[in-house]
Amino acid sequence: MSTTATTISNGGTPDVDLSEHNSWRKTKSRIMISLTGVAALIIAIPLFFVIGTLISKGAGVVFRDFPAFFTKGIPTRSEDFGPGMGPAIIGTLTITGFATLVAVPLGILGAIYLHEYGKGTKLAAVVRFLATVMTGVPSIVMGLFIYVIFTLRYGLSGVGGALALACLMLPVVIRATEEMLKLVPDHLREASYALGTGKARTILTIVLPSALPGIVSGCLLAVARAAGETAPLLFTIGAARESRFNIFSGATTALPAQIFENAKSSYPGARERGWGAALTLLMITFLFTLVARLVTAAYKKRR
Amino acid sequence: MEARLDDSTPVLTGHKARADRSFKWLALGAGLAVLVVLGLIVFTMVRRTGPALDQMGLKFFTEKRWAPPKKIYGALALIWGTVFTATIALVLAVPLSIGIALFVTQVAPRKLKTPIVYLLDLLAVVPSVVFGMWGVLVLAPHIKGLYGWLHRTFDAWPVLGSIFGKPQTRSFLTAGIILAVMVTPIITSLAREVIETTPASEKEAALALGATKWEMIRGSVIPHSKGGLVGAVMLGLGRAMGETIAVALTIGSALGQVTINALAPGNSMPSLITAEWGEADALKKSALITVAVTLFLMTIIVNTAATAVVQRSIKKSRGALV
Repeated sequence: MSTTATTISNGGTPDVDLSEHNSWRKTKSRIMISLTGVAALIIAIPLFFVIGTLISKGAGVVFRDFPAFFTKGIPTRSEDFGPGMGPAIIGTLTITGFATLVAVPLGILGAIYLHEYGKGTKLAAVVRFLATVMTGVPSIVMGLFIYVIFTLRYGLSGVGGALALACLMLPVVIRATEEMLKLVPDHLREASYALGTGKARTILTIVLPSALPGIVSGCLLAVARAAGETAPLLFTIGAARESRFNIFSGATTALPAQIFENAKSSYPGARERGWGAALTLLMITFLFTLVARLVTAAYKKRR
Repeated sequence: MEARLDDSTPVLTGHKARADRSFKWLALGAGLAVLVVLGLIVFTMVRRTGPALDQMGLKFFTEKRWAPPKKIYGALALIWGTVFTATIALVLAVPLSIGIALFVTQVAPRKLKTPIVYLLDLLAVVPSVVFGMWGVLVLAPHIKGLYGWLHRTFDAWPVLGSIFGKPQTRSFLTAGIILAVMVTPIITSLAREVIETTPASEKEAALALGATKWEMIRGSVIPHSKGGLVGAVMLGLGRAMGETIAVALTIGSALGQVTINALAPGNSMPSLITAEWGEADALKKSALITVAVTLFLMTIIVNTAATAVVQRSIKKSRGALV
């Protein structure tokens, strides 16, 4: 096929037979094109298998004696059957929530610096580059980092986990927000300046609101990813079996950590809770993703 | 452009000016947070590698034994495990991802395109621990037959015989398969973006010359997006190397394994850290942090190179358009 490519770029007389009746070329094309379709089919298989397994093994556990699974504590003996995952659900919601409170404002402000103040400067280019680098930091490294600077001093707590998650979310929020700020047309800013509005006020009342749907959907995706992170929590939050609403002191637990523990366990009871926890976590992440999609769709329609 | 915008900002006085300026400093501070966090990661963690490196010296990177009771800490087998599983993942994921990206951008009708993209987005948010649990409790037991067949079939072959050696259900390959599923959405979404930058004129030129659809892809789309595709694959590599939990559950946690037998159990850097952190003494913790720093450096190098490659190819394709 490279012969075709070279002939095209050389612009000379084609040295391959380009007539309509050369069926091998057509057949080959058809085969390769159908293979791309097969690739799309193949990747659907694991998704359906994973979701199918979670529903078949987890739904019974989660919805038996509803809502016991969501409210009851984790049995102190792993071999026991029965609910629940209450403390882990509370842990996931509080830890991810606190991480969001830290990462989202910081990330949005950072993006405002990159696009509204620092645009074109060397410093902004460096920060943008480092944000990309930071996206690639493995989550386990982030967890150990928080262990070294936070957990060693203040002990195991939800905040430690939240800080690790916030570090993972920060670059994602920055990049998503900056992309959205780029889409806000300059004439909106200029119209605001012409009315005598200062730069900060213009950003807060004109630029951010018009980029808001995109920012919200980007942040929701970041939250969905963070809620499923396991590795950073292993070193920072400990392993409690009772509910803890106060994330500032004492060991707690979260859904991903519970799934990890129960997946390693050989007790059927523990595994059952693991499947239930996995289904719950998947529902939480899919919910966030779905809402992000809806926000984007509603915004597109409005335009 | 920036200068023009700044010129048009109104001149404020008094407390308004002060509020305006303090917001600017606030934004700058937030931007610098990235710098501070990355700096702190390097500074605080490198400082803690001391005890382990004093004990082992540079042998830390060439020793394959990891034997805490004897105070021997070698990362070679772990580095191998990380590289090997990530390579397996790419071998499986790259053809798949590029195939899907081509299907979505060049072949599929719009009606089919949207659901596939949705599906990939869903796949991308499935937590790694869920993939790991599925991998160890569902995939591993079911794949036993296939592994046995691979081993028996290729036993006498020169290279494949060593790659498909004595099988075990939790192995480099099992971890590699799970990783492949996890990185495919990432590589695909980048590949899609890159492929979509191919100018319609180039594709039409190929078709006008009588090229079939596949020849058009080989002759116009692939050459145009090659750089970006390489970058996408490298970003996938970075992700695969750093993935922890899914690998920890499926790789089999065997120490000291430096083998090309993909069906043998092994260990990777992140998976060893999660497994051994719990009961670690000070020296072992230092050794584990050294492993983490090594992993950090490896992924940073891969990601930085990937970003540079992608940026360059985007710039090049923009240049072509102008």
